[in-house]
Amino acid sequence: MSLTPEQVRRIAHLARIETSDAEVQTTLDHLNGIFSLIEEMQAVDTQGVAPMAHAQDLAQRLREDAVTESDRRAAFQAVAPETEAGLYLVPKVIE
Amino acid sequence: MSARNWEVVIGIETHTQLATRSKIFSGASTAFGAAPNVQASAVDLALPGVLPVLNRGAVECAIKFGLSIGAEVAEKSVFARKNYFYPDLPKGYQISQFELPVVVGGGVRIQVGQGDKAYEKVVRLTRAHLEEDAGKSLHEDFHGKSGIDLNRAGTPLLEIVTEPDMCSSAEAVAYAKALHALVRWIGICDGNMQEGSFRCDANVSVRRPGEPLGTRREIKNLNSFRFLQQAIDYEIQWQIDTLEDGGKIQQATVLFDPDSGETRVMRTKEDAHDYRYFPDPDLLPLVISREWVERTKATLPELPEAKRQRFMEQLGLSAYDATALTASLEVADYFDAVVTAAGAANAKSAANWVMGELSARLNKEDKDIAASPVSAAQLAGLIARIADNTISNNIAKKVFEALWNGEDASADEIIEKQGLKQITDTGAIEKLVDEVLAANAANVAEYKAGKEKAFNALVGQVMKAAKGKANPQQVNDLLKAKLGG
Repeated sequence: MSLTPEQVRRIAHLARIETSDAEVQTTLDHLNGIFSLIEEMQAVDTQGVAPMAHAQDLAQRLREDAVTESDRRAAFQAVAPETEAGLYLVPKVIE
Repeated sequence: MSARNWEVVIGIETHTQLATRSKIFSGASTAFGAAPNVQASAVDLALPGVLPVLNRGAVECAIKFGLSIGAEVAEKSVFARKNYFYPDLPKGYQISQFELPVVVGGGVRIQVGQGDKAYEKVVRLTRAHLEEDAGKSLHEDFHGKSGIDLNRAGTPLLEIVTEPDMCSSAEAVAYAKALHALVRWIGICDGNMQEGSFRCDANVSVRRPGEPLGTRREIKNLNSFRFLQQAIDYEIQWQIDTLEDGGKIQQATVLFDPDSGETRVMRTKEDAHDYRYFPDPDLLPLVISREWVERTKATLPELPEAKRQRFMEQLGLSAYDATALTASLEVADYFDAVVTAAGAANAKSAANWVMGELSARLNKEDKDIAASPVSAAQLAGLIARIADNTISNNIAKKVFEALWNGEDASADEIIEKQGLKQITDTGAIEKLVDEVLAANAANVAEYKAGKEKAFNALVGQVMKAAKGKANPQQVNDLLKAKLGG
């Protein structure tokens, strides 16, 4: 399987990465290289092997339902580009 | 144009905010109404290097829900990343569940309509999965910018998805109400719709009977039962009109505008999100032991369906009454308390009072049953006096009125104080009957000439003379005996 330049542009757009035509070509080559690696792995017989959701065969640890965080807004907002009235300001986005 | 010859197909997705103290993946508070961003921790802000740690309380809510709808609580479920960009989602993805959700299957019984037209059905559930809520964007008044409040980011949600089993707005509303009552009943959600704790999306399509499913449009974020009904009704009519005019339905996500009562397109299939779900490498699979499920089962209150069965089997109530009385935990508890005090023999009478007089008064004054001025014990006392013939049903309404208006007394005390005790002394009633017969010779003659109506007039006269307190059955019997003689 190999990708088309159009598919690369689509993936780049979904990830909000701006790509020039030259970059699309380089990225296409890189991704196709990764795909051939995946093709090699897919040749392995996995019949009867349950798919894993994580590389480690462990279960999720849980925490108790308790509030352990205090208000650190001032510290967090000190490094934000722009804030007002306790809010983080961002370029206007309306869907 | 009518909906004739069209079949409507509706499925509902509901986001229920879980009643935990802390967020699903961080120890920040979930309390509503705090100042902006004071409850947004480093994890909620997606600062570099942080890791999510799953809240046991949120998982327990999901287990309770699965148990309450007869679903399978998955032994192993998996968290996945749902990728999209929006400023109120700082990570650039929402942690959700995709291929392996925590709750699979199950169903919710609904009762639709009233009286003779009432019917029941079960809405099957596809799944319910745990996920985190996003923050809030405020679009007004920030010099052309948007303000972001991340207090809500990371609040635990259980997204509950039905099969496309509903075929009218009435069924959709009945389902939403039943689900709303259930999540409050088992204590996993406060059900506050104004604060966004319970939000519905409705997938609506129409088709000709027997044809495959039509193209659906999804109405997003309906936060009241009324809007749910209005939005679906508008959408159904719009789709039918469009198709009958020769148009085609485009798959789309739409928003309902309560002011215009219309739905409008938010995005079409072409610019639909491509979420690129994949298992979240930051979280291991969620494993729920059968022992944990059993332990949780023991903490659940008697569930609506079990209570409903009990009301029918042990108390002899009709299916309709039993369903109505289990519409919410508060109503069911109140009814249970009345029956406990008044005795199971009076269950039908108790049901009639709770669903009739009491619920009418509560509705009229917009009161919750938990705040009813007439307590369950007071109502039970009243019902007991009807049962033992101390008062008639009509007089009972007077006593109820007095109890409602804040007389902090028992029914017995009011009956005593206002002299409402029914006259059952045959001698006393006979005296009244004799007086009425003597004073109403014309009615007596009419009755003897075969006019049945004249009899009712005589009964009325006796009751009037007795100030409504004579036992109606005894009055009837005595009159009949005397007139027949």
